[in-house]
Amino acid sequence: MSNTIRPVHTAPTFMQGVWLVSNREIKARVRSKSFLIATGILLLISMASVIVGGILSQSTTLTKVAAVGTAISAVEQADAFDIVKANTIADAEALVRDGSVEAAVVADARADSVLGITVIAKTSAPSEVLSALSVSPNVKILDPAEQDGFLAYLVAIGFGIIFLMSATTFGATIAQSVVEEKQTRIVEILMSTISVRALLAGKVLGNSLMAFAQIVAIGLLVSIGLAVTGQRVLLADVGPAIVWFAVFFAFGFVLLASLYAATASMVSRQEDVGSATSPVLFLVMVPYFLVIFFNDNPLVLAIMSYVPFSAPVGMPVRIFLGEAQWWEPVLSLVVLALSTMVVIVIGSRIYSNALLRMGARVSFRDALKR
Amino acid sequence: MLDIMSVNKRYGTRQVLTDVSFSVGDGRMTGFVGANGAGKTTTMRIILGVLSPDSGTVLIDGTPVTANDRRRFGYMPEERGLYPKMKVAEHLVYLARLHGLDPASARRNTSDLLERLGLDARANDTVESLSLGNQQRAQIAAALVHDPEFLVLDEPFSGLDPLAVDVVTSVLSGYAAQGAPVLFSSHQLDIVERLCDDLVIIADGVIRANGSPETLRTQHSRERFEIRTAGDTGWIREVPGVTVVDFDGDYAIFECETDAASQAVLQRAIGLGAVHAFAQQRPSLATIFKEVIS
Repeated sequence: MSNTIRPVHTAPTFMQGVWLVSNREIKARVRSKSFLIATGILLLISMASVIVGGILSQSTTLTKVAAVGTAISAVEQADAFDIVKANTIADAEALVRDGSVEAAVVADARADSVLGITVIAKTSAPSEVLSALSVSPNVKILDPAEQDGFLAYLVAIGFGIIFLMSATTFGATIAQSVVEEKQTRIVEILMSTISVRALLAGKVLGNSLMAFAQIVAIGLLVSIGLAVTGQRVLLADVGPAIVWFAVFFAFGFVLLASLYAATASMVSRQEDVGSATSPVLFLVMVPYFLVIFFNDNPLVLAIMSYVPFSAPVGMPVRIFLGEAQWWEPVLSLVVLALSTMVVIVIGSRIYSNALLRMGARVSFRDALKR
Repeated sequence: MLDIMSVNKRYGTRQVLTDVSFSVGDGRMTGFVGANGAGKTTTMRIILGVLSPDSGTVLIDGTPVTANDRRRFGYMPEERGLYPKMKVAEHLVYLARLHGLDPASARRNTSDLLERLGLDARANDTVESLSLGNQQRAQIAAALVHDPEFLVLDEPFSGLDPLAVDVVTSVLSGYAAQGAPVLFSSHQLDIVERLCDDLVIIADGVIRANGSPETLRTQHSRERFEIRTAGDTGWIREVPGVTVVDFDGDYAIFECETDAASQAVLQRAIGLGAVHAFAQQRPSLATIFKEVIS
């Protein structure tokens, strides 16, 4: 080396540091085969569920019923059956017995028969046939539910599963990459270059962007799928909830990502990542199970929709059900954003205290020390 | 000029550094030696700002080092590490960019360094696919890729084959020749002896000696001579101010408290008969080291 004059470089700003780190994270993710495969599977599942749902909703076949003589007109009036005309009661019974029809309807001449027909079934009373042929009183509903229960259940579970899968996949990824940096000791070079906060922020940002992109991709795919399969009514109902879900997810994920990074930084080996991050995993599972068991319980849902860890699932479900006032998601979002900030501050302290401690697991008390 | 001023560091109840002070002069290759656990790595981490001292400061040309100055250091931690799955060149560019280089300079420095360290053929291989020796070279490149003004290298020679040691030695001397302060630690005292302009010896977190190897020799070991004569040399024991260290008939090694004592021995030996050899012994660095830390 000759006596060259060394160029003077200006230090990168905090934001530039964050950006460089997050860029590296994104590149590392995109290049990893396991990430691409997992994303592909997640997209396929969401696409498939929309298409299958569409097909099922279109092909509601009529129940097959055999009818004899004068009963035929009564059955035709109900306009809910695929009618097979039988010549005799015995023929109709034979059809019921061999299973080619659900039930048979025959005339009943007895004086005490109000409807003048008898339904013949094989093993038990066919409730579908009975209710179609029954005379019901008029019903007046004072406060009609906006969504039918089963659909609400599906939507709730859908949000729950997507949140759970995305959060655990990306959470585990962040945790692993934190420990990878510790285990390979690259962290010491990084720490001598940029601030620990910039490093943490970059990792959280990079992975959150990827997780968010995945959620947006799923949201778009589901919306397009609903539109293409002609389920526009459903799309109009679910649409706003999906948008809110994406917004809540963005904040909620940053919160979880910081927790994953902080807890993972306390151990030095990949084998220990699982046990170190298990408290966070528990926090991720809670909204999933709550939404499965309590999706028809407005009180539990209301509480869920304000607790930061479960709000990303709870609030969109309530929006879908039409239970939330316009200001509720905004308020819940503020709560979530504030708690995210608190967690980032605590998380970055744990992170910077624990990063250089190799070997045994760092205790929470040591990690929180100033 | 890099000054470490009265640095103290304690881990829990264990005092790991006590009032550590020394300087790394411009253009001086400064060897930092001490037993395992003596506090070398902690000191280096504090210089780099990776750890903060309980008290004391690190000065660059007289001003306290700030987080912004970190990018001016080239640091090689004792525990080596790069991202295993990143390509070598890409990795170096990333580190250079983190230190504030623009993309063009980052790429230029990377290819220059890889060529100088003989790694240019492996530029697009992942770090994990390199042999251990080549990973070490990549690690050195990582410390140098951002045109650092100061070098702080923890055990830069461990794990290197003799050829690589020569390559690294010449690269480091080149930096010192440009006027950069270079601080490096090593257990290989022969390399330190060959390379260093200054020496800092640390034991149990306390700086025991500090200065050029010549100064340390005069400070920490008494004048030592060897003599070979035609006859028996047993009489040397009786000369005042002389301690015999080794004796074997016509051969002896002895230490003198004064120059006059050594001359007295020589004159008496000549008076007794032929003197085949009389020489001052230069104690090796290893000897000084043992002397200093004992």
